[in-house]
Amino acid sequence: MAGDMTEGGAREKLKLVFTGHVDHGKSTVIGRLLFDAGSLNDGAVAKVRRIAAETGQPFEFAHLLDAFEEEQKQGITIDTTQLQFRTEKRDYVIIDAPGHKEFLKNMISGASDAEAAFLVVDAERGVEEQSRRHAHMLSLLGIRQIGLVVNKMDLVRYDRKVFESVGREASECLAGLGLEINSRIPLSGLKGENVVRPSTRMPWHRGPTLAGALDGLKKSTSPAGRGLRLPLQAVYKFDDRRILAGRVESGRVKIGDRVLISPGRKTATVTSLAAWLDKDLKDEASAGESVGLMINEEFFHRRGDVVSLEDDPPLISDRIKASVFWMGRTPLKPRGRYKLKLASAEVEAEISEIDNLIDSSTLALAPKPARVGFNEVAQVEIRLQRPLALDLFSRHQGTGRFVLVDGHDVAGGGIVTWAEERSDIKFGFVHGELKARCEIFEEYYYNVDEMSVSKAAPERPLYTLGDRVPLTGASYRYPELFDIVIFRDRMAVLVRDGRVAGMLPLGEYSYQGAPLVNGRGFGVLVRSQDDWLKARADFEALTPANESELARRWLDFNTYRRIVIGGNDFQI
Amino acid sequence: MNHLQSLEAHSVFILREAYAKLGRLGLLWSIGKDSTVLLWLAKKAFFGHCPFPFIHVDTSYKIPEMIVYRDKVVADLGLELIVHQNKEALAAGMSPGNGRLVCCKALKTDALNSMTKTHGFDGLIVGVRRDEEGSRSKERVFSERNSSDEWDYTNQPPELWGQFKTDFPKGHHVRVHPLLQWSEIDIWRYIDAEKIPVIDLYFAKDGRRYRSLGCAPCTGRIRSEATTVPQIIEELSATTVSERAGRAQDQEDAYAMQKLRKDGYM
Ligand SMILES: Nc1nc2c(ncn2[C@@H]2O[C@H](COP(=O)(O)OP(=O)(O)O)[C@@H](O)[C@H]2O)c(=O)[nH]1
Repeated sequence: MAGDMTEGGAREKLKLVFTGHVDHGKSTVIGRLLFDAGSLNDGAVAKVRRIAAETGQPFEFAHLLDAFEEEQKQGITIDTTQLQFRTEKRDYVIIDAPGHKEFLKNMISGASDAEAAFLVVDAERGVEEQSRRHAHMLSLLGIRQIGLVVNKMDLVRYDRKVFESVGREASECLAGLGLEINSRIPLSGLKGENVVRPSTRMPWHRGPTLAGALDGLKKSTSPAGRGLRLPLQAVYKFDDRRILAGRVESGRVKIGDRVLISPGRKTATVTSLAAWLDKDLKDEASAGESVGLMINEEFFHRRGDVVSLEDDPPLISDRIKASVFWMGRTPLKPRGRYKLKLASAEVEAEISEIDNLIDSSTLALAPKPARVGFNEVAQVEIRLQRPLALDLFSRHQGTGRFVLVDGHDVAGGGIVTWAEERSDIKFGFVHGELKARCEIFEEYYYNVDEMSVSKAAPERPLYTLGDRVPLTGASYRYPELFDIVIFRDRMAVLVRDGRVAGMLPLGEYSYQGAPLVNGRGFGVLVRSQDDWLKARADFEALTPANESELARRWLDFNTYRRIVIGGNDFQI
Repeated sequence: MNHLQSLEAHSVFILREAYAKLGRLGLLWSIGKDSTVLLWLAKKAFFGHCPFPFIHVDTSYKIPEMIVYRDKVVADLGLELIVHQNKEALAAGMSPGNGRLVCCKALKTDALNSMTKTHGFDGLIVGVRRDEEGSRSKERVFSERNSSDEWDYTNQPPELWGQFKTDFPKGHHVRVHPLLQWSEIDIWRYIDAEKIPVIDLYFAKDGRRYRSLGCAPCTGRIRSEATTVPQIIEELSATTVSERAGRAQDQEDAYAMQKLRKDGYM
């Protein structure tokens, strides 16, 4: 990045979004803000005034905004408009999505990178359905700077009590979504009280006006204080330099840092930050910057890998839960296959389960819906074809959110709420493209001193066709002939004469009389093909809630495994 | 990061996405200030290299200094340049005399489209900005064109979280717009901060200068005394507002009325 760009020459620009229930006065407040800040040209104002006079209607600031938007539109249907205005302190862009029908899709397109949002609530009517719905979207988009505008204070005689009670109601609603209100402004868009001009009608209000609250916003929502996440866009070798290129999503990186590159989990030291021009050479880069990293190792890295600091790695997972909002023309369905794009990574994904449909206004959950339609939000479970480096959205936005591509189109966006950590997927079975994890050869020790069960990994991590497997260990014993059914990876492994004799997807597996063992080494109580089909269906519908019930119904914990008692000095 | 730095970082990000995701890529270079900034950003994105060709759609009516400047920059920076002309139309005598729009369509639009097909481009990087004119304000960063090169602006994909549309049916191509978020004055401030050499035509001579460059017969100069980049910035800070307001007002009459009527005023 250029080091000598003058701050004075480049004013800061902040992107905002305003939301609110229809008729609570969103357009009026924005229109008034632009007007009082002097950002509308006189012609537009005069025209709206004249038409109001001619038709005997009151002058509406909302129409000023409409006129302004129509001007941008120039006859073309549009989804979002960008309204520019400036204060002494900096420039602002307000993203507005006119119309309410496709609000979700439009707001998301325009506002997904907004740095702050203002929720406009009518003082008389309080929080209503769409207010909640929009607040929910803000939480999914990860917008964390939220202001509350209590509008139409003129209708409640500028009463402080009304303001406070609406404030409480809104805080509660937002708290349920994990959002916090940073500023509260009682105002009247119509009368221009507390929009730009401080109100004399509400001397009890100690806080800023709306314009003041804007200037009080912080510029960056991706704090450099967070841990480093640098998703790689590419590895370039245009010349004798090998450069890892990408944009820093969060945190900072500097020469000399020990970094970890996931999901391969390789460590390296940063030797320099490359640049075309000498003036752009530097020792350190932080969130938002597009960089080129050079490191002291020559491992194979590729697009989609994530660079972090060594002691603060992302998760590695191929099974996640997420809140997904759907914008696709065809509904999202269980077992649907999509392309998932998370930061710079791309992977095939299958919706293994739709847990709940979320009613965006009441936040009520409808369990196990058959589909998720346009503009709907759901909690889903997703399986990825291969493990990715990712984060929970609550920890890192940039690597905790993704889009789903249906066919050629971006059809949904989602945030990761849970992920099964799989950095240990080193033991199990492989055969060509087929892979399955399993822990059946791990030793389970009960540690008396710590009163906990610990596991010890087998020496040989991966088995393939023809390999002899260790049938007997300190804490387990399996027969010469048995089948392993691994539900989480949907694979079956056949063991004959103590060797791996076959491997196939669970869907193609049928019961042939051999004893069944699951991926942990517990017996599965199946005596017929019928039993097997029932067990399979049950385990495919496994959730944390029915886990113990299914275990009681199908699993036998005693035949093949026992727990070995050990003390602190017990050598594994 | 200040505003210019974040614009730069974002444009570099977009260029790298395009290079990673689209097959055959080219950069449309009109020799003007915007695509010259784009060239500069490409150099930054790829650490001094330009891993795709530059394309100049030459109408043959360009201001002569532009061609001289073009060839010098290509030689200085070692660029791969494709110059394309609609030879048939020129042979048939196409000129602004046939009507401005007819001429533009034949020598620019048609030439561009046939060039895209001849060279099999999957992606074209173009330096358009949202603030230039109405329809450009609706553009996406990755904007699909179907096999007849048409743009369906009514049904555009959402672009969120830096995820662009990168999957297309065969035969479609993508226009990539790394400068979409920049304004005219941002461009000049960046040129100033980075000391990017631009063609002399932008600087005033005899009280006039070009504000944008095109074909000699159809491009006029504006009154100006600005002979340096800082003076251009100063001039624009003072004039754009009123200029845009003036332009906007024309439009406003038609549409503001219409919208007010829709809302029940008549
Ligand atoms: N009394 C009063 N009315 C208001 C105020 N703000 C907006 N209104 C009225 O509320 C109605 C809806 O406003 P509008 O801005 O169109 O709402 P939107 O649907 O949220 O954009 C209009 O009739 C406005 O005049 C206010 O501060 N006080």
